[in-house]
Amino acid sequence: MAERPEDLNLPNAVITRIIKEALPDGVNVSKEARRAISQAASVFVLYATSCANNFAMKAKRKTLNATDVMSAMEEMEFERFLQPLRESLEAYKKGLKGKKEASEQKRKDAKEKKTDPQENDKSREDDEEEEERMDEDQDVENDVEEEEVEN
Amino acid sequence: MSGNSEVDNGNHASNNKGISLPMTRVKLIMKSSPDVSSINQEALLLTTKATELFVQYLAVSSFVNGSGKTKNTLSYSDLAHTAEQTETFQFLTDILPKKILVRDYLKSLEENPPEETDN
Repeated sequence: MAERPEDLNLPNAVITRIIKEALPDGVNVSKEARRAISQAASVFVLYATSCANNFAMKAKRKTLNATDVMSAMEEMEFERFLQPLRESLEAYKKGLKGKKEASEQKRKDAKEKKTDPQENDKSREDDEEEEERMDEDQDVENDVEEEEVEN
Repeated sequence: MSGNSEVDNGNHASNNKGISLPMTRVKLIMKSSPDVSSINQEALLLTTKATELFVQYLAVSSFVNGSGKTKNTLSYSDLAHTAEQTETFQFLTDILPKKILVRDYLKSLEENPPEETDN
């Protein structure tokens, strides 16, 4: 449990960095705006948790899992987050399996920067091949989880 | 559920590249919700990542739609405006109320008196 009210805030330095990285260079963010975004982020966590928990309860599970969070994002109309979230989860699972996340991240960074479209296409093909192999056992697991939610 | 037992707390947050918010803190916020009993590591990771995406999205939407572009500043009123105007951010209107001057508030009271005072 949270012992002090400030335990429910997210660290300001990290929030500020995320904001600065998202906005064009040289944009100022007022102190009040930073505080408001930080509070909004805490509310977002609670809202997402509550939505995800509803999905878990519907499926008669006590533990929130990845499917619940993804369903919550859809319900909250943050579908735009689904793809990056799937990528994060993939990277995380790969990290657990073979500590491959470093090279994966490098490739992903290259993709995001879009410096050379041709080179990116090539690396994406490599990615897909690799993912297909990695996906085989995950697919089985995901299917099971989806069924649970539907019931 | 695979491999969740291997990592049972958020101390490995720094190992997950691309995540900058501390997962332990996000977990604490999630657990402050009374209905939640337990959260697996994947759900925590996704919620943390989603929160980062949310911060980026809120900041960028507010900057693009607000007055920030001309002033090169993201201000509170840009955020309040976004919360009010964008449907996906409506849940924020309680914590991002629009600021109005007392003068204008009193004026609006005169023009539209609250229901309770009619009785």
